[in-house]
Amino acid sequence: MGKFLMPSLGSDMESGTLVEWEKNPGDAICRGDVLAVVETQKGAIEIEAFENGILTKQLIEIGTAVPVGTPLAVIDSVTSSTKVDTEAAVESVYTNPSTQSADTEVEPSIHESVDLAVSAARTKEVDSAVGVTADTNKHASEQSLLENASTNRIRITPAARALAENLGLAIDTLAGSGPSGAIVLDDVCRFSSVKGEFAQPLEAMRTAIAAAMTRSKKEIPHYYLAHTIHISAAKAWLEYFNAQRDASQRILLGVLLLKAVALACEKFGEFNGYYTDGRFQPSDHVHAGMAINLRGGGLVAPAIHNTHELNIDQLMECMLDLVKRVRAGRFRAAELSDPTITVSSLGDRGVNSLIGIIYPPQVAIVGFGTPVIRPLVDDNGDIHAGTFIDVTLAADHRVSDGHRGALFLRFIQKQLEHPESLV
Amino acid sequence: MSITESVVQQHLYRIAPDIDLSQIDINADIREEYDIDSMDYLHLIIALGKHFDIVIPEADYPKISSFNSLCRYLEEGAAV
Repeated sequence: MGKFLMPSLGSDMESGTLVEWEKNPGDAICRGDVLAVVETQKGAIEIEAFENGILTKQLIEIGTAVPVGTPLAVIDSVTSSTKVDTEAAVESVYTNPSTQSADTEVEPSIHESVDLAVSAARTKEVDSAVGVTADTNKHASEQSLLENASTNRIRITPAARALAENLGLAIDTLAGSGPSGAIVLDDVCRFSSVKGEFAQPLEAMRTAIAAAMTRSKKEIPHYYLAHTIHISAAKAWLEYFNAQRDASQRILLGVLLLKAVALACEKFGEFNGYYTDGRFQPSDHVHAGMAINLRGGGLVAPAIHNTHELNIDQLMECMLDLVKRVRAGRFRAAELSDPTITVSSLGDRGVNSLIGIIYPPQVAIVGFGTPVIRPLVDDNGDIHAGTFIDVTLAADHRVSDGHRGALFLRFIQKQLEHPESLV
Repeated sequence: MSITESVVQQHLYRIAPDIDLSQIDINADIREEYDIDSMDYLHLIIALGKHFDIVIPEADYPKISSFNSLCRYLEEGAAV
């Protein structure tokens, strides 16, 4: 039996508000499953399970703000197969009325969740017998949750019901867009027009950025280096690569930049890791944080996990997925707290160069400006037009020096001058 | 407004709901007018390519840089 705690999603986070349960009592939990959604200064963040088991009890109600470290749910660790897990869930629901009835003040919702748990567990048992995927399982259990709440009642998910009640909205005035017209959380948000505040509390995000950047400027002795890289070859290579592909399969220059940085991080470990408790801990993996600008203001830099191991197609896919989720205000806890280095790229509608501020506890940030066409003088003194990009490095002097920083940037240059090696 | 124009407008709305067609210069650079980054632009190209069932190669990007030129390009491409 383990308690699932409100995680810390960054050094500047003290508390979070639970806005959604993605799993219900009785649900089998696999490591990596999204359990709940928590609202922080950085937006709505999905919290993942880090152990397998059964969610036996939700301890916090939706809409409650809780400090970091507060238990959110009880997870029963079970190591056997899904089918056994499911039976255990059914059994615990049936044979433990005492635990369930302990919280008499929330009795109605407990009863409801017991019913839901049983029906969800049953659905799963059937599913696991025919060997369907976890995703279908989730769908099926959601379906059964809805069915359970159905017949003479309006179809609404528990999270949506809780929010509607919280906001004082009559459920029968809401239009549902979920499965079979069920009312889901989004419908309630849309109706109450609180979604903007809910998904991206801009003022709070600005406060979070200010706190992190102030801390960085106070604590981290930055040094800065700048270099110019000739990327005509990378550009030509990319054009040729993309010309043979459907629009949905095309690669952006940003992918090559990210990959080049990831490879440099593998070789130069002093730029990849965390500085905590007065010392530097290099990371074995490169989780490059990708700075993503949010329309309407603010930015976040969640990680692309194991950037160095992904090929460019995988990297492009991860970038598209991440940007999509970030813009929708939904990304995972680990993505926010994991970056080992940040890469900020202005894209092709920016200015020449970007000099970053390190995001603590990281020790480096790489900035790419907008590619520009400039004259290039070759070895014979002849002048050609070439495409160039400015790259900068801001790094932590407690960990590395300018000499190594220069080698780091030159390594990135070499990668980008030979784009075929980045595939 | 032509059908093509309203389709393009609809797709732009998905990417940039904060900017209205009436606020922009339809002959100026569409990405600057709508503040669209390279990833959003790619999404737009994919969506329009699907909608009009045409292939928009990267080499044609300079030809479709404004709202107006994009709409004309799509109309010609769809007519072929």
